[in-house]
Amino acid sequence: MNTAIITPVLEPVKAPPGFVARQGELDDQTKVTIIAVLVACALILPFVLGDYRLFQATQVLIFAVAILGLNLLTGYNGQISVGHSAFMAMGAYGTVILTSQFGVPYWLAIPISGLICLVFGFLFGFPALRLQGFYLALATFSLAVALPQMLRYKGIEQWTGGVQGLFMDKPNPPAFLPVSPDQWIYFLTFFATIALFWAAWNLVNGPIGRAIIALRDHEVAGEVMGIRASMVKSLTFGISGLYTGIAGGLSALSIQFVAPDSFQMFLSVTLLVGAVVGGVATIWGAFLGALFVVYVPNISESISGDATWAVYGAFLLFIIYVMPNGMAGGLEDLYRKLRKRSAKAQTGT
Amino acid sequence: MTIMNRRTVLTGFASVGAAALTAPYVKAASPSEILLGQTMPYSGPASAYADWGRAEVAYFEMLNAQGGINGRKVRLISVDDALSPPKTVEQTRRLVEKDRVLALFGSLGTSPNSAIHRYVNQKGVPHLFLASGASKWADPENFPWTMGWLPDYPTEAINYAQYIMKNDPAGTAAVIYQNDDGGRDYYEGFKKGFGDQLEKYLVAEQTFEATDPTVDAQISNMARSGATYLFMIGQPKTMAQIIRGAYDSGWRPNLMINAPSASVSGTLEPAGLDKATGIMSAAYVKDPTDETWADDPGFLEWSEFMDEWFPKGRKSDVNTVYGYSQAQTMEQVLRQCGDDLSRENIMAQAANLRDLALPMLLPGITINTAPDDFRPIEQMRLQRFNGTKWELTEDA
Repeated sequence: MNTAIITPVLEPVKAPPGFVARQGELDDQTKVTIIAVLVACALILPFVLGDYRLFQATQVLIFAVAILGLNLLTGYNGQISVGHSAFMAMGAYGTVILTSQFGVPYWLAIPISGLICLVFGFLFGFPALRLQGFYLALATFSLAVALPQMLRYKGIEQWTGGVQGLFMDKPNPPAFLPVSPDQWIYFLTFFATIALFWAAWNLVNGPIGRAIIALRDHEVAGEVMGIRASMVKSLTFGISGLYTGIAGGLSALSIQFVAPDSFQMFLSVTLLVGAVVGGVATIWGAFLGALFVVYVPNISESISGDATWAVYGAFLLFIIYVMPNGMAGGLEDLYRKLRKRSAKAQTGT
Repeated sequence: MTIMNRRTVLTGFASVGAAALTAPYVKAASPSEILLGQTMPYSGPASAYADWGRAEVAYFEMLNAQGGINGRKVRLISVDDALSPPKTVEQTRRLVEKDRVLALFGSLGTSPNSAIHRYVNQKGVPHLFLASGASKWADPENFPWTMGWLPDYPTEAINYAQYIMKNDPAGTAAVIYQNDDGGRDYYEGFKKGFGDQLEKYLVAEQTFEATDPTVDAQISNMARSGATYLFMIGQPKTMAQIIRGAYDSGWRPNLMINAPSASVSGTLEPAGLDKATGIMSAAYVKDPTDETWADDPGFLEWSEFMDEWFPKGRKSDVNTVYGYSQAQTMEQVLRQCGDDLSRENIMAQAANLRDLALPMLLPGITINTAPDDFRPIEQMRLQRFNGTKWELTEDA
């Protein structure tokens, strides 16, 4: 399929012999070490955190996946969406309906719901192709405001539960594992997150990823190079929907309840905030963005109960001013500066 | 510096040791403080309800200034969930698992409370006096840790049916309701109110959709039945159409309207005050804007509380009345608990309220619960619109 939509013009550019990593860039070994340490920490977390903290950590992972999905579309492909709460709703409702009404096991229901979102996103992407910038944002906006209302519709109430929403049973861990249900949900979410982040990293660093980015940077030039813009853009929409849909399914698993009120328009904005604050067009920025959207509202509330969202806004402004490339970009800049300083200190003495 | 550190560490160890020695709930109900928690929509589309929670927080502050309950201070941790169920779950878990509240009290909204319904019942955390009118909160058999507070829709509807049976045994009734969860709840309650005499009294029933532009056909269908009473349930816009239609068609039954739509400015004025005169509705709290209560001791007590402890709240906002009354209900439960502040005893006392009259409840309305009765407010009083304002009828 790759070759059908992208001509081989976009072969990966091999580093010339003797190529040295840009100064300040992490070398591969350091990266692997950092990732290994993070993964080790993540695996220990469930055994040191209390239930509430663990639940929050699970929420961070879920938001990371959802934000990554939006980032693939908005950051890498330049298509703005303020309707991703709808994909999250579809993923969540799909999972609950499949498990509670069709007896599908949850570990299968989540990927199936994700695939439904993929197809829906792909189909939505086609007409949306004609829309650029603000117009696309409006089209996706309509999705976000319409879906919660449609979920309340009486005709489909027997499946969606209408305004009352739907419950889901807490998934029990397999008998041979000595973990609690909360820990089990965390591990499931964690491994799903790792797999999805790994897949996204491969995607954006492969030929399709370069096509996605090329269309964002200069669509006409991209098409001249043989990229089928309609196909790639719709596909990006679909993949983005898949990620956010899976995040929705995981959230249903951890909350065990879905209702139209769970997926209001504001959730879309939250995802967008996470994508921008974390770092547009970065993979691990999605994780930083998720940390922001989960923890900063709580921190704001503890600072001022009366002006929670004013404090939140101040945090947001601060990050945007201090780290114009998002938290991921900001941390990279910081690392580079430190490297330079230490290099200077060495040569200076 | 080192001494400081060592002292901090020692204090830490001492408190951990003390905590480990005592029962799990004791942190929430230490000798000096009782911790309660709730979620409220302080932000988001439902933030109009925020003063409900703020009034409750202010009420406990007042209690503490007066010496607390049985010598203990009561602290209500009221946190924002923006009426978003996932956030409610997160915040509630924080309250239960991190802040270790003794009980949840007055969390607002049907969806948010639904989201934590199972969780609190699995954990065995009292989930008391919710700010939601759904009927499912009164299910002691399956959800022994949850208890509502507001009279639910069926309870309200029963009042209308019983009024007709008591005051006009020869009368007949028609009912028209908006075809949604709330509407059906009312309709079922109304039918239940007639008991085995349903067929004698109820002679016509119609529904409408919230999106219907007119309800003329339904009105003429009901007029043909010749019913002498019309109970109507639904959004204010359609209610105004029905009031006008029933009057203009010459049918002119005795009208009854569900409480949430019984707004003078929202429903009766658009319908025409002359056409709405005589309409009845149920109520259970004193309307703070009604001059009838200007010299009422209960009203003055509330008014004083508002002036001194919650000056930021608007006195015209009935939500502050609900919050005030709910907090007083909780106060009574804690007083009855005495020194046994276990979660089991809190539920036992919540299900053991007898004839509790509160300053802002209408005269004659009391709160009663029992182990098999998780509906604190079941009575309502009927009021009649006299052309300018609501007047209570004699019967409770």
